[in-house]
Amino acid sequence: MSDLKALIEAVIKGDIKSATVETQKALDSGNNAQDILDKGLLVAMDEVGAMFSSGQLFVPQMLRSAKTMQECIKVLEPFFQEGGAISKGKVIIGTVKGDLHDIGKNLVSMMMEGSGFRMFDLGVDVSPERFVQKTQEIEPDIVAMSALLSTTMPSMRQTIEALEQAGIREKVKVMIGGAPVTEKYAREIQADCYAPDAGSAVTKAKGLLDIL
Amino acid sequence: MIIVGEKINTSRRSIAEAVENRDVSYIAGVAREQAEAGAHYIDVNAGTFLEQEAKCLCWLVETVQSAVGLPLCIDSPDPRALSEAMKRHKGEPIINSISLETKRFRSLLPVVTSQPCHVVALCVAETSMPTTVEERVQVGSELINRLTDVGFPLERIYVDLLVQPVSVDTRMGIATLGAIARIMNDFPGVNTICGLSNISFGLPARRLINRSFLTLCLAYNLSAVILDPTDKQLMATLLAVEMLLTRDDYCENFINAYQSGRISDR
Repeated sequence: MSDLKALIEAVIKGDIKSATVETQKALDSGNNAQDILDKGLLVAMDEVGAMFSSGQLFVPQMLRSAKTMQECIKVLEPFFQEGGAISKGKVIIGTVKGDLHDIGKNLVSMMMEGSGFRMFDLGVDVSPERFVQKTQEIEPDIVAMSALLSTTMPSMRQTIEALEQAGIREKVKVMIGGAPVTEKYAREIQADCYAPDAGSAVTKAKGLLDIL
Repeated sequence: MIIVGEKINTSRRSIAEAVENRDVSYIAGVAREQAEAGAHYIDVNAGTFLEQEAKCLCWLVETVQSAVGLPLCIDSPDPRALSEAMKRHKGEPIINSISLETKRFRSLLPVVTSQPCHVVALCVAETSMPTTVEERVQVGSELINRLTDVGFPLERIYVDLLVQPVSVDTRMGIATLGAIARIMNDFPGVNTICGLSNISFGLPARRLINRSFLTLCLAYNLSAVILDPTDKQLMATLLAVEMLLTRDDYCENFINAYQSGRISDR
């Protein structure tokens, strides 16, 4: 298998043109699509997430890398095996009821998608009932909730309670985040984890599902 | 330019601790330093206290007002907390904020009409946040019309055109600026207000971005701003730009600030 270093570098830089060319080159030289994804694109996005969390990369650079990743996936898509695993797990994500802020939620969603999770974005103002309904329908591994207002944080607790009442709390991991949210609050409402930013959301999600 | 000092916000750890311990002298100190630096209103926000928010906000109102003789900008998305804190306020506060979100609008309208006050009209629609200039102007206009329809005075409304990060979409800065100009033009007498720090979320050198954005806001006719008045570079920018925009006769404010050591050239 040929070296994917140039591809990895192009994704980290967010150079869409070079990255898609490198993806095509890797295919042409006989790599299979799954390997290019696992050993190229996902490795690059892990690095991007880590660099973002440590302050070496900034939001626009992270978005650019995520976009680059998506374009590369388009090149690979026709070559994936039937049911080809581009998924580390299924994640339902949404901003809780009464809250219309979506910037942070979108960043998290984009980074998780870029890291191989299959994302189901329910948007903003998502009620506990809707989280429950979608959890039953999609059977995700993780339910991720965002809130930017202190007044809407209680909705996180209500959603967890609603999952309990529906008898499906044990089937999913619950992850929360947003400016006013804290580790302490996550413990208090018995969420499984708190993620302070988009980079660490990826790491924490992998931790929850025991993925290296 | 009306300056609202933003420092008394429990999302800052030192403030949260002071509120937790009911540390009167610390809070009074932060209030005084902002007043001395030129704030016209002192913002108080206890949002991180959740269930305790209303109680903490009331304590902040009383504590800050006994330290400085200034009116406050009472800052909460919770109508009940705003209503309780407002009852303890002497003079005419700025209530921050009402929006078009149905529940928030309905429950706050009776509050802001119950006693003389100013109100921040935050441009958030019933079920979405605006992104373009057009959407902002539409939501802002609707808020102004609904408030003035029930007799709320136009000149007591501060439209917040919603500042969103340029890191996520580079058009966000101009979206707010364009909307400020339009609202100021379409509703003579109304005020516009914004915070600065959202603009620089996700980017390095944030203070530089914030004060550059302030310069642009001033040029687009913003009339009030929520900021840290103890940030000397920021205040120096504000005073210099106001002067350059013919809002400082004989350059008096600028020179006074320089001679009293409040601003410097570095």
